[in-house]
Amino acid sequence: MNIMTSDLKLVEEPKKPLAMDPKKFALWLFIITVVMVFAALTSAYIVRQAEGNWMVFELPVEMWLTTATIFLSSITMHWAYLEAKKDNLERVKLALGITTLLGILFLVGQFYIWGVLVERQVYFVGNPSGSFLYVISGLHGLHIVSGVIFLIIVLISTFKYKVHSKKLSQIQMCATYWHFLDVLWIYLFVFLLLNH
Amino acid sequence: MATADIHITEETHHDGHEHDHDHHGNFWTTYVFSTDHKMIAKQFLISGIFWALIGGILSVIFRLQLGFPEAQLDWLKPVLGEWITPEGKLDPEFYLALVTMHGTIMVFFVLTAGLSGTFANFLIPLQIGARDMASGFMNMLSYWFFFVSSVIMFTSLFIETGPASGGWVIYPPLSALPQAMNGSGLGMTLWLVAMALFIVSSLLGGINYIATVINLRTKGMSFSKLPLSIWALFLTAVIGLLSFPVLFAAALLLIFDRSFGTSFYLSDIYINGEALPNQGGSPVLFQHLFWFLGHPEVYIVLLPALGITSEVIATNSRKPIFGYKAMVGSILFIAILSFVVWAHHMFVSGMNPFLGSVFMLLTLIIAVPSAVKVFNYLTTLWRGNLRFTPAMLFSIGLVSFFISGGLTGIFLGNSAIDIQLHDTYFVVAHFHLVMGSASFFGMLAGIYHWFPKMFGRMMDAKLGYIHFWLTFVGVYMVFFPMHYIGIAGYPRRYYSFTNYDVFNSFSDLNMLVSIAAIVTLAAQFIFLFNFFYSMFRGRRASANPWQSNTLEWTTPIEPGHGNWPGEIPTVYRWPYDYSKPGAKEDFIPQHIPFSMTPESNLPHENDLIKLEGDNDVEVVKVDEKK
Repeated sequence: MNIMTSDLKLVEEPKKPLAMDPKKFALWLFIITVVMVFAALTSAYIVRQAEGNWMVFELPVEMWLTTATIFLSSITMHWAYLEAKKDNLERVKLALGITTLLGILFLVGQFYIWGVLVERQVYFVGNPSGSFLYVISGLHGLHIVSGVIFLIIVLISTFKYKVHSKKLSQIQMCATYWHFLDVLWIYLFVFLLLNH
Repeated sequence: MATADIHITEETHHDGHEHDHDHHGNFWTTYVFSTDHKMIAKQFLISGIFWALIGGILSVIFRLQLGFPEAQLDWLKPVLGEWITPEGKLDPEFYLALVTMHGTIMVFFVLTAGLSGTFANFLIPLQIGARDMASGFMNMLSYWFFFVSSVIMFTSLFIETGPASGGWVIYPPLSALPQAMNGSGLGMTLWLVAMALFIVSSLLGGINYIATVINLRTKGMSFSKLPLSIWALFLTAVIGLLSFPVLFAAALLLIFDRSFGTSFYLSDIYINGEALPNQGGSPVLFQHLFWFLGHPEVYIVLLPALGITSEVIATNSRKPIFGYKAMVGSILFIAILSFVVWAHHMFVSGMNPFLGSVFMLLTLIIAVPSAVKVFNYLTTLWRGNLRFTPAMLFSIGLVSFFISGGLTGIFLGNSAIDIQLHDTYFVVAHFHLVMGSASFFGMLAGIYHWFPKMFGRMMDAKLGYIHFWLTFVGVYMVFFPMHYIGIAGYPRRYYSFTNYDVFNSFSDLNMLVSIAAIVTLAAQFIFLFNFFYSMFRGRRASANPWQSNTLEWTTPIEPGHGNWPGEIPTVYRWPYDYSKPGAKEDFIPQHIPFSMTPESNLPHENDLIKLEGDNDVEVVKVDEKK
């Protein structure tokens, strides 16, 4: 019966046929553009690799650690969202704080990996196989920076009591974006593992 | 969940309504940093017209060189300065800069930003019945990114080493190495920066257009009742959203190659006998990435023009558009195909010939939806009560160019024939007709048609007719001869042909083309005068001057912020009820319910009447379905 009434409500106000918050919708469209950028880069990677003259090198093991970090941060992000639904604001702050820290840790880790790569004579300037790795991880890192900024914004609004079970839209969008960046990195990591 | 979401949208809706009452801002918020979609559309339009003028003048300068290779151009010195050599000739490198900038400006700044930016912003909220775009702020940002991009691109015209000169497709290594030519130095850097900002602007705009069409349609405006102009603008935005990020990726790698020494596109290059350190890059990779945007870009340019034409032709034929669903289907089909044909630009790049035949097949398939569109335009015109307004003439002109330019596309799409025709004037003739002139005519048709809604005044029709005939004949005089020159093997982007005996027989034809180009450009000043004069002194427009069905004509003559002073009208019928048998007038606007037109309703429309009442009835209807 509950479901019935909400269905009826939808029909009574048919002004918005697809009743989605335009901001959330715009976020999804933005995610599509990011997907297209990385689809272009990874397909360029494959096309270029197929042409030969491709330097092969092992991915640093540390990449497994950074991948684990970002995966963990996705879990804490979800935890934050669940706590926000239950109005446990203290725990939301904690979970968001951990997520932010893990995000920063990921960035530091990625930067450290660049150093490891340089030690192994894989440079940004040189064979494209190395350059691609820097460009792909660098551009992803740039998106992580934007994600961390978003996390901090949500964290601040939590402190101002602007995130709670009646006002979830901001933390939902933040979670969507953060999970997306996580999945994007896992895709890139698996892609690099298979094609390095 | 559903209820929560509804409340959010209701809130935003309410905001828009409040805005409507206290929108009397100062000069800056009304005309400059406006978030009103109508003002932003006008900003895009004026910028687009400015760029079209610049692009047109550039083309006439290089046409002077091609048509009159012996002429003394000293008189251009006050404008072009050092670009005129001491012998009174055009500097050959500047010639390359001219064609590059002409292409860049026309494709991106005029026919993408000027066309989509103007009409998507103007028409989407007005025709779907929304108070504004999904995000007015993002919309404003979109224009200002475009503006900054324009300023940078414009500045690059005046720097000492000249603007980018490697062609609008900026193929590396030419564009990647500053040593290659003057234009590949600072000019190319500015080009890349400007285009990066342009992409941001396009994406901000596109996200907004899509979000608006999907989320903010008025009551009753289902997708099957959308005007075709909205369908076209919507799918254009989708294409842009998917293809511009790829150009961004391509440009990013090019920037790294240019400024940081990477070798994505560079390999085995010797300059003055010295080898460059770059090893292992692939220039064909750039072509793949570029044309993955580049080909959809053709449809980003063309589809809005086709959508506008559908609207104008149906209105001025006083007939329903022929094959509405086929029109929507063909736009959709073209949009999908546009992503799988890019390599037909690269048949002679050394690509695998087998791949070439796959792309050839896919390319030729595009002829099918294109032919469907042409057929539907012609059958809409067939036995209609034609009203030859200037907008109608330009729309018919578009159909003409779409046919004559489209036919040569069938030759060019053939990978074997392309070996002869690639990069000749035949290609130039083809795309200038089918994409350049057709889209340009669509844009002009749109301006003539919606000018009354934009400025509350009418443009002068007589000047419009003169403008049309001069431009229409001029365009054919310019581009038709180019087919012959191209078949003879005349390559594009060459500075001079006087050294080759083979091409001497074409010098008078080239002269004709140049004269026609000058006359055509001159004719555009008639339009400019008409446009700006009518904006202030034109005859006052009536509420619905073309007796059109779409929602924008139900707004006040000069709509304020929020578009409709009262409630947004509800939509009951499709937008093409022209000359409906039995109807009192030859048009029935979309917001007229079937209950008010019993004399012209078809049997199934009579059944819809009982659903038009209050909302309770509709709830019952949904329950029955479940």
